[in-house]
Amino acid sequence: MNDFINMFFNIELITKVLPDLVGVGLMNTLILAVSATAIALAFGIVIAMALISRHRWLNWPARIYVDLLRGLPVILTIFLIGQGLPYMGVQPFGPSAYPYGIISLGLIGAAYMAEIFRSGIQSIHHGQLEAARALGMPYTTSMAMIVVPQGIRNVFPALTNQFIGIVKDTSLVYVLGLAVGERELYRIGQDMSQRVGNLSPLVAAGIVYLIITVPLTYYVNWLDNRLRTGRVPVIVEEPATKAIASEGAKA
Amino acid sequence: MTTTTTFGVRVEGLHKSFGQNEVLKGIDLKIEPGEVVCIIGPSGSGKSTLLRSMNLLEVPTSGSIYIGDREITAGGADINELRSHVGMVFQSFNLFPHMTVERNITVSLERVKGLSSAKAKDVAAARLSEVGLSSKASSRPFNLSGGQQQRVAIARALAMEPGIMLFDEVTSALDPELVKGVLNIMIDLAKRGMTMVVVTHEMGFARQVADRVVFMDRGVIVEQGPPDELFISPRSERLRSFLSEVL
Ligand SMILES: Nc1ncnc2c1ncn2[C@@H]1O[C@H](COP(=O)(O)OP(=O)(O)OP(=O)(O)O)[C@@H](O)[C@H]1O
Ligand SMILES: [Mg+2]
Repeated sequence: MNDFINMFFNIELITKVLPDLVGVGLMNTLILAVSATAIALAFGIVIAMALISRHRWLNWPARIYVDLLRGLPVILTIFLIGQGLPYMGVQPFGPSAYPYGIISLGLIGAAYMAEIFRSGIQSIHHGQLEAARALGMPYTTSMAMIVVPQGIRNVFPALTNQFIGIVKDTSLVYVLGLAVGERELYRIGQDMSQRVGNLSPLVAAGIVYLIITVPLTYYVNWLDNRLRTGRVPVIVEEPATKAIASEGAKA
Repeated sequence: MTTTTTFGVRVEGLHKSFGQNEVLKGIDLKIEPGEVVCIIGPSGSGKSTLLRSMNLLEVPTSGSIYIGDREITAGGADINELRSHVGMVFQSFNLFPHMTVERNITVSLERVKGLSSAKAKDVAAARLSEVGLSSKASSRPFNLSGGQQQRVAIARALAMEPGIMLFDEVTSALDPELVKGVLNIMIDLAKRGMTMVVVTHEMGFARQVADRVVFMDRGVIVEQGPPDELFISPRSERLRSFLSEVL
């Protein structure tokens, strides 16, 4: 039992790894996750619009993109993109692996987000688009002002879930090789664990992940519940008294 | 409620098919500016499809439609510009639930007519007051009754200053006690000279307000004329049996 506690919950080692975990690891994990999510959201909505498009030259490539990136293991895609781009000489961010990690996670996330956006947009009653079009709004304006905002609201919990997934997936970026100051939570825990032959630093990293992900999960559940039960409409009909209405009544 | 220009409508040889299903089988219809035409007929006869063709929510398979003197079915017609002059009100209201009542009205004024936010709000306030809902400007649609929502939908369409209004069974989704408030607004609109095409099951309304009643069945216009003629002495057997069912 003592061995168990020592292997996983050695307070001394945990205290030792904590400054790096919070100062370097947490920061990098959040930078990776938030930047990748920003890419995933922006690109995801574009792919979603292509997915629902009736033009096959928009529709098919989007479909293939989504199927591919959702079908492959994350680590494989990170390797392919993160090593492939620099290998092909596409190195707009220099040789550091970090930006390619962000791009990989962002592109993978975009495939999942696109499907979420698509289902959200398609859950909006067709009458909304028709009403907007009937008022003379062009298709893109109607989508941007009327349909997409409602669709996003319906899938906001699912999008938040996806963010949680991206936070966890940042732990795979280390395969691209990170400089000391670029290491995220997992890599920092793993490095020290290997150095000292004890898993407590990794457990400490795990706890930091949980502090981010568990509250978010509960937030998602709460949101989901609120969306599902909806607000109770207060229905009060008052007699139409003003101008036209009263004139009309006399007719 | 000022109507700037009212438009007539001319429908010529209109056919519309959904796949193999031919829903409109050659419709000819001429509506004068300021005329109120009610379209009646059994379910599935193509009333909504005809109405929705008039602002190209349905694209005709063949035939032509003129709004005013412009052929909207001609290639290259500016559909959005056209629609901004053709008001439409739906059975299911279709208010934008993520926007306040006021914003429901101002969004198209700003985005389509290019009005400033302040000017759009003025127009919205004026239209809401005409339908007796000034106090609801900052409410959300789901906090309104069906009758109130439909009055907002009418105000929203009228705010664009259309030259013609299309109504598709706008009272069918309402509780009976809320129908009158909506019909009264439509009656007033008719008196002010708006061109109106009204698909309705409200025979009382058709009788009282329509200049002309058009009876459709199975994709064709079977009979049309002034309401008194049509309701009191229907010529066709189909209209007789339809009226005996609905009256
Ligand atoms: N988008 C569509 N796709 C396929 N079929 C359609 C579509 N819209 C209408 N139809 C069909 O066209 C026919 C006529 O429909 P329409 O809605 O015009 O009838 P209606 O006279 O308005 O009937 P109701 O009184 O029930 O509203 C129906 O058989 C309907 O199933
Ligand atoms: Mg109909």
